[in-house]
Amino acid sequence: MAGGPLDRREAVARLLAGRDTLLVVSGLGSPSYDVMAAGDHDNNYYLWAAMGSAMMVGLGLATAQPQKPVLVLTGDGEALMGFGALATIALRKPKNLTIAVLDNGHFGETGMQISHSGRGISLDRVAASCGFERTAEITDLAGVDSLRASLPRRDALTLATLKIRAENLPRVLPPRDGVHIKNRFRAALGFQPI
Amino acid sequence: MIASQPETIAAPDWQEDVYDVLKRHGVRHIAYVPDAGHAAAIRRAEADPDMHSVVLTTEEEGIGYLAGAWLGGERGALLMQSSGVGNCINTLGLPVYARFPLLMLVTMRGDWAEFNGWQTPMGQATEAALKLMNVMTWRADEAKDVAPLLHGAATMAFNGDAACALLLGQRLIGEKKWVK
Repeated sequence: MAGGPLDRREAVARLLAGRDTLLVVSGLGSPSYDVMAAGDHDNNYYLWAAMGSAMMVGLGLATAQPQKPVLVLTGDGEALMGFGALATIALRKPKNLTIAVLDNGHFGETGMQISHSGRGISLDRVAASCGFERTAEITDLAGVDSLRASLPRRDALTLATLKIRAENLPRVLPPRDGVHIKNRFRAALGFQPI
Repeated sequence: MIASQPETIAAPDWQEDVYDVLKRHGVRHIAYVPDAGHAAAIRRAEADPDMHSVVLTTEEEGIGYLAGAWLGGERGALLMQSSGVGNCINTLGLPVYARFPLLMLVTMRGDWAEFNGWQTPMGQATEAALKLMNVMTWRADEAKDVAPLLHGAATMAFNGDAACALLLGQRLIGEKKWVK
């Protein structure tokens, strides 16, 4: 079954609702649009390229900021390109890192070709095999609420696949100036530009 | 016949210099794909309670990792062999476009007295590939040059929000002893 019943914008907005100290990294394409649609925030870092990197950016950030919860929101295609990162992250086990894979089973940005996850690969089961401490496949909003509630606890390295509908919604574009977003994010944490 | 096996004690001094210079520049994260030429730095990073030591499955993971660490206010370095530079090309767009500091140490294959020709195409293309992606490069072929060149690269990476790579030449690595 490719994807699932969740509305991606509703699920992401719900996951980010009431955020406090949460730091967010979004993978290129629709996850970045979803995070932007939920409201621009100084604690968001949007990737626009470097496909496969979002989970590793989250690992570096979670390691440098262990007192804050870090959420990576990315797509199944992006996670598949960074497949090895699941092994690398599982060895490190930062308890403040949660990866939410928005899984529609398709490469949505490029014409909705069916992805590996749409053909049977379960990324949450891969993560569990690697040693992630908490994994889940989420198909309803109650599951999203439960995932959101776990974020501030910072008590387990987590990966959840959110099974979303395969559809291209109107794009909500985050800022593309990589230097600006980087400096804005760092400034919000108290770090000055060089 | 004496079996060939890697020497694990008494790393050359330049290998020790690498770690000392990284520490002096405030590096808190070492991300690496192993190579014998990085053995001392990796061993010391893994033993250092003040260092986050991250073994990667493929080199470009380290670029994202170090960008994340910098977003969180901390400095790191990425250690790899020259073959890994080829794996990094697209991902180098992240630090170059968004001006993240990136300090890479690259041990060379295929550039001097290479016995395995399969290593040569990427080894010969390594420095040009980095330059194509706007990474600044330096190379050390003698032990005495390693510490000053790494100091220079680290200074320009962390004070210029720049991507910088120090290539450690195969003549230098050639000092490694493989036979007892």
